Amino acid sequence: MTFETGVTFAVTKEMEHAWRGFVGRKWREDVNVREFIQSNYTMYDGDESFLEAPTEATDKLWGRLQELQKEERAKGGVLECETEIVSSLTGYGPGYIDESMKDLEKVVGLQTDKPLKRAFMPYGGIKMAVQAASTYGYTVNQDLVKIFTEYHKTHNQAVFDAYTPEMKRARHSHVITGLPDTYGRGRIVGDYRRVALYGLDYLIYTKEKDLFYCGGRNMSEEHVRLREEIAEQIRALKGMKQMAEIYGYDISAPAQNAREAVQWLYFGYLAAIKTQNGAAMSVGRISTFLDIYIQRDLEEGTLTEKEAQELIDHLVLKFRMVKFARIPSYNELFSGDPVWVTLEMAGIGMDGRHMVTKNDFRFLHTLENMGPAPEPNLTVLWSSRLPEAFKKYAAKISVNTSSIQYENDCVMRPVWGDDYSICCCVSATQTGKEIQFFGARANLAKCLIYALNGGVDVATGEQVGPEIAPVTSEYLNYDEVMHKFNAMMSWLVELYVNTLNLIHYMHDKYYYEAAEMALIDTYTRRTFATGIAGFSHVVDSLCAIKYAKVKPVRNEAGLIVDYEIEGDFPRYGNDDERADSIAIWLLKAFMKKVREHHTYRHSEPTTSILTITSNVVYGKATGATPDGRKAHAPFAPGANPSYGAEKNGLLASLNSVAKLPYEYALDGISNTQTISPDALGHSLEERKDNLWHILDGYFDQGAHHLNVNVFGVEKLRDCMEHPEKPEYANFTIRVSGYAVKFIDLTREQQLDVIMRTEHKTL
Amino acid sequence: MLQGRIHSTESFGSVDGPGVRFLIFLQGCKLRCRYCHNADTWKTDGGTLMTSDELLDKAERCRPYWGDKGGITVSGGEPLLQIDFLLDLFKKAKRRGINTCIDTAGQPFTREEPFFSKFGELCALCDLFLVDIKHIDPAAHKSLTGAANENILDMLRYLSEIKKPVWIRHVLVPEITDDDAALRKTREFIETLQNVERAEVLPYHSMGAYKWKQLGCRYTLEDTQPPSAERVKNANDILNGLV
Repeated sequence: MTFETGVTFAVTKEMEHAWRGFVGRKWREDVNVREFIQSNYTMYDGDESFLEAPTEATDKLWGRLQELQKEERAKGGVLECETEIVSSLTGYGPGYIDESMKDLEKVVGLQTDKPLKRAFMPYGGIKMAVQAASTYGYTVNQDLVKIFTEYHKTHNQAVFDAYTPEMKRARHSHVITGLPDTYGRGRIVGDYRRVALYGLDYLIYTKEKDLFYCGGRNMSEEHVRLREEIAEQIRALKGMKQMAEIYGYDISAPAQNAREAVQWLYFGYLAAIKTQNGAAMSVGRISTFLDIYIQRDLEEGTLTEKEAQELIDHLVLKFRMVKFARIPSYNELFSGDPVWVTLEMAGIGMDGRHMVTKNDFRFLHTLENMGPAPEPNLTVLWSSRLPEAFKKYAAKISVNTSSIQYENDCVMRPVWGDDYSICCCVSATQTGKEIQFFGARANLAKCLIYALNGGVDVATGEQVGPEIAPVTSEYLNYDEVMHKFNAMMSWLVELYVNTLNLIHYMHDKYYYEAAEMALIDTYTRRTFATGIAGFSHVVDSLCAIKYAKVKPVRNEAGLIVDYEIEGDFPRYGNDDERADSIAIWLLKAFMKKVREHHTYRHSEPTTSILTITSNVVYGKATGATPDGRKAHAPFAPGANPSYGAEKNGLLASLNSVAKLPYEYALDGISNTQTISPDALGHSLEERKDNLWHILDGYFDQGAHHLNVNVFGVEKLRDCMEHPEKPEYANFTIRVSGYAVKFIDLTREQQLDVIMRTEHKTL
Repeated sequence: MLQGRIHSTESFGSVDGPGVRFLIFLQGCKLRCRYCHNADTWKTDGGTLMTSDELLDKAERCRPYWGDKGGITVSGGEPLLQIDFLLDLFKKAKRRGINTCIDTAGQPFTREEPFFSKFGELCALCDLFLVDIKHIDPAAHKSLTGAANENILDMLRYLSEIKKPVWIRHVLVPEITDDDAALRKTREFIETLQNVERAEVLPYHSMGAYKWKQLGCRYTLEDTQPPSAERVKNANDILNGLV
């Protein structure tokens, strides 16, 4: 085949048939899923009364999966680990939830040959892969260990080859933390819808065309690398076809109907989770897309609503089964085995039409048909202009399941358009057009303590930061502290960005996401995500120093290890300008510093205020802070105000967070709030109404994200003491950035959640 | 500049009037209800002095959350003890287009002047009254709160006469206000009124007990437990004329 003479892909009869009834032109002539959606989706303004209960097949499969999950928990969190086969697209024969019920599965495909069995994925790092298996009593085949130690370099080894001593010190002291140097970085969302809409042959054709034109006139290092990557992508696409064949499907042509569309799309996603163990493996914005196929089948009379719901239920079943083998230190950071199969719904199109479809109701309804669950990470893209019936239904699901999160479409749409996906917990990325380099967190609370102690870490006495003059005065002086903190933050940001540059270089080289990148435009935009931990504690500390008197307490080595605070001071989380303006300053100052540095592969830097459950671990590694937080106490998660700081109730707290400008934190500003049902209203009807008004009010002010939990502290306490009660098996709560089964959290984290919930009930 | 004595504010209230509401607790109350969970609001000379505009500016920070139904609710303490301030506050609130509620036990109510005229004026500015009936029986009311209830019931009659919407509330305390006969009598009284939109039961809780100790007072309900779900339902059913 030659592309020089303008050869185009001949649209086959099969493709024409697959596209019957669909309108629009541009998406036929180019890979352009957004255009397809905008031309073909059906808005739905009604309520949930059309929804159907689960089918018998769904009940049986979900019942079986729950048994497996119970076994998994009984075995300490992992049902089985692979030790012989390196995970790949075609490494396994077909696998089913239950061999005897395989005909019931409307959507097929497992990561390995058995349900919940964890694959062996050594490319991120062989040591970690071995340790993950051995933690649960499995021994990886020694030949494989030898291959990935002696003959094939892994991402982890490459990163440590190149780390500077300063980077290692910062990593070890946790002033930079959660770096993706031992596992897949994740956060790259393939446009899995392309598999359904175009079929693999067309997608292979477009990539071959890109390869043909790439670098022919200018074989720079950049082009050499890109050519190699495109070749890898083509190989992955061919592998996907084979993977589908193993299950008896030919996905070279587009999906002909809704059932195929769901299956094809899932195969695309399955390819990603067979080859990458990223911290976040989002599936993206698939709800509206799939509705188009379901709607066509409903109109053609080839599908009933009951069958449509069954398809979505079974797809969600698969998302509930995604697993990776993790090491204990990873589990401490991201407690409860999350994988961030993030999936979006609703939002408003660029043309002003809302994008709510019946399928958005169907996805939310899975939480009723199969009960609450942490995955997929269902995300409602909110706008006060969404239809009221949908707002009420989403609020009802929150009140009853605490399993979903909300993000503000009205701040994201201007930046990312109307076809973005959430690529991890809260960060947006244009689907199929863009990728994100995931960037861990800089611990700014620790940075502040370094500023006071001349760069020495109080935990070890080691000189980690630059040797600036320590604070020697009897009381902390605001101007002096700000001056030193600013300098220390400049050092930290530079080191942080450099460390990430190095990690992403190596990840591209040794653990390239070929299957995901194959479903993304060849010439992709890249964002470079950084993150802040300890946000509220730095803000409150600076407030304490400015508005109260803070007397440092020094140890025998002269290091400041604690503080005596005289007088009261304003705190972030009370809609108090004095504190909130410092919060805004901190975010802007950090982001401006990030922007000063070169970021890898022409990426655009962003930042987040988001900590996941790692607020507990980060806090543990951090000494006392001048806001009165004791040494090793947990941080507040994400952009949440500190524990006990909120004195004026929920809305004042939300107002403080809403002031943070999203434009400076395009990677996301995560906020998690728990409301007791009694405080939300007397009846379900009142609770629904009040909740959607809260969401309208918060997001109309430009806030970015909200996790909503609706339960009382009594339930948490009882669940912690009696995890064996059947009603708690699926009790799901939202934590910073994801949902988790409460019983899967470590005791420390359970106590942290309880503490945060408790002080707000009085 | 007229100022009110403010005990505290709360940005989010959802059970004290319709929709999402900003709650203003005024300082001072003359009742001494044995179950009071805000004993720290009793003293009439405490609190923080604030003007109506200061309060409303603060409240309006929450306006984005109110939608069509929400607004402000003034509670206490006993808000009617500061009726001059209330009038000023509600006049200004109405100028700003804010929905207004008063949560009162009615103790200061009298048909005597100058109170009565002021109260009439206040009614015109208040969208909804939340009125506690602590006990229907005068003697029991006196022993529970230290004051009579005749004027309180009279206030409800007056509000009915002028057709001002009211939500009746009843704190359910086991053995003290959870007597079927008394609840039925309360229901009979409610049936004589033309303006009751809702009658709701607030289950007793002991979360405010620590405040009594802080004030050096003896809390006499130390051994009282919150009512059972069945008793709450029973009371609700009776007050709403369902049984």
